[in-house]
This record gives sequence, C-alpha cells and structure tokens, in this order.
Amino acid sequence: MIAAIGLVIGIALGLIFEPSVPVGMQPYLPIAVVAALDAVFGGLRAFLDGIFDDKVFVISFVSNVSIAALIVYLGDQLGVGGQLSTGVIVVLGIRIFSNVAAIRRHVFHA
Amino acid sequence: MSSTPDDDHQLRFELDPEPTPKRPESAATRGGPDAGRDRLIAAMKPRASRAQVVVAVLMVLVGFGLVLQVRTTHSTNDFAGARRGDLIELLDSLEAASQRTQSQIDSLEETKASLQSDTDRNQAALDAAREQVQVLGILAGTIPAQGPGVRITITDPSKAIGSSTLLNALEELRDAGAEAIELNDSVRVVAQTALVDVDDGVQVDGIQLQQPYVIEAIGSAHTLHEAVRFPGGLRDEVETFGGSVRVRELSDIEIASLHQVEQPQYAQTVPQPGG
Repeated sequence: MIAAIGLVIGIALGLIFEPSVPVGMQPYLPIAVVAALDAVFGGLRAFLDGIFDDKVFVISFVSNVSIAALIVYLGDQLGVGGQLSTGVIVVLGIRIFSNVAAIRRHVFHA
Repeated sequence: MSSTPDDDHQLRFELDPEPTPKRPESAATRGGPDAGRDRLIAAMKPRASRAQVVVAVLMVLVGFGLVLQVRTTHSTNDFAGARRGDLIELLDSLEAASQRTQSQIDSLEETKASLQSDTDRNQAALDAAREQVQVLGILAGTIPAQGPGVRITITDPSKAIGSSTLLNALEELRDAGAEAIELNDSVRVVAQTALVDVDDGVQVDGIQLQQPYVIEAIGSAHTLHEAVRFPGGLRDEVETFGGSVRVRELSDIEIASLHQVEQPQYAQTVPQPGG
C-alpha cells in the first residue's frame, strides 16, 4: 500500500516540478528506468512467492540501475552504445515478461 | 536479483499448471496457490513496516524517473520515432525548399542590384541635370550670378551714343568671354535682348536706359578690361563722341536682375533620333 502511494507520489513530483534531465544523464535515464522496473517486478514476484526481503530488493534495485547505466556508458565509450542499449533493453524486457508471467500466475492462477 | 532464489518455486508451478483445489488451511502457508494473492491483499492494508517504507522510497524514485523520461522523450525529439525512409524524404524536401529559397534570394539580390544601379544612374542624371540647369540658367539669365568681372561706366553728355555703340560694346565683352552681363543694374543681357534707339537715348527690352550707362560683366576682369580699351574699341569710340568711359576691375560682382523666359510659341524641339 505504502509502495503504491510512493509510486503515485513519485509521478506527482515529476509532473509538478517538470525537471529537465541533465545532458550528461540523458542516455542513461531510460535504461535506468527500465532496469528499475525490472527490479520492481522482480520484487513483486518475490513478494507474491512469500520470499520478499527488503534488503535484497534494495540491493537488486540499486545494482540493476547502476549496472544498466554502466553497460550503456561502457557501450558509449566503445562506440557501440546504441547496440548495447538495445541488448540491455531486450534482456531486461525478457526478465520483466517472465516476472510478470509469474505474478500473473499468482494473481489469476493462469 | 530478488526473483532468482525462487527458481525451484517457479519450476514447480510450470510443471504443475493445474492449481490444486483450494484448501482453507493452505492459503496461509507459503507454497499455496492463493498465498501470493492473499499476501497482496494483506499488503494493501496500510502498515508502516520497514520493508514497506523502503519499497515506497524506491517507488518514488521509479515514478519520478519514469515521468522524467517520458516528458523528455515527448518534449525533445519529434523525429525519434520516424522511419529512416521518412527522415530521408523529409530531409530531401527540406533541402529542395532551401534551394528554392536560395534561388529566390539570388534573384531578389539581382533585382536589388539592378534597382541600385538604376538609382545610381538616375542620381547621376539628376546631378548632371542640376548642373545643366545652373549653366543654362546663367546663360539664359534666369538665375542670379556672381563672380569677378568689370564695371564699365559710360557718361555721354552729348547723348550721341546709340544702340549700335552699346551693341558693339556688348559684342566685344562677349568676345572677351563675359559670362553674364547686366545693364544699369536693371536689365540682364541675354540672347533675346534687343536694343532700340529712341528719341532721348536707348531702350533695352522696353526699358529706358538712364545715363550714365553702367555695364557689369562677369568674366576674366583683365581680359574684359582689355576688350574695352583696345585701339578703336569702346573707349575710343565714346571719346570721339565727347563722352568718357571708366572701367573698374572688381573681384566680386553680383548680377541680380533676371530675364523672364517665355515659353516658345512657334519654335519646337526637333525629336532626337533614338531619344
């Protein structure tokens, strides 16, 4: 419940303050957001499995975001930033799909 | 990753897709098919555990980043989602438009340059015409003139001087390069000037000249002076009649009287060929 309120507050903050992304962060933010979403869905699945641990969630969240950003940064330095971003998105997308599938089984038994 | 430790759990679900019939006591246990849903419902009750607060903080971050990214994507690149072909087409059309505009600019520049030269030519013609007006005005006696020259004063007590003597004097002055001539400070001598003998003297353009006759002429003062006093000239002629001629060379004479020009009634200009 508090988590859902937190999400709403975050969206509201973003809408109210209308901040602009610093130029240096612009390539990394989308990847970081997708990685965070992956962590969130993973956490939700673990919660439904009854094995949720907030410490694990925080660590997975932070590491997901930072590793995703690091990979994109590395790709930029190597000149393959676009391709590497696509790769990261694909991997995270697959993980999100599998996590959501597990969540779906829990909630709808289907 | 938080989901990985439970791979065996997932595997069990996939091997056993048919959920076991719901049993009341199994709902609370960890592996029951409804356990997840029950936990979700239970979590909806506001409960400030440490886990909830931590998750809420991270969710704030996620929501914030999400909105930020969506806004950035929407605000900055409209063409990010366009296909390559569309972009090439767009680029081509923009280039064509740019070329059209460039050629328009060129033609307008050309027009501007031609108008500019037209204006310059007109300005030059105007300047020449103004100069012409000055020259012709002095020649025709329609504008005042000033400059160096001579003032010739002729006294003729016996009233023997007629129009022919004055005319000779004027001709001599013109021959010596007089550019503007005035008689008695009242009559401008021009091409149309006529001198007529009358009973008590001379009329010029219908105006009676009073003695002494004063001829003012603008030109080279020395040359004009010579034109008066050469042997057999105006001075000798007047002195034979018993009169006297006094010539003063002046550095600045002003001729203020004007000649009224009338529109020619009979004479018309001949059209110039090609003009």
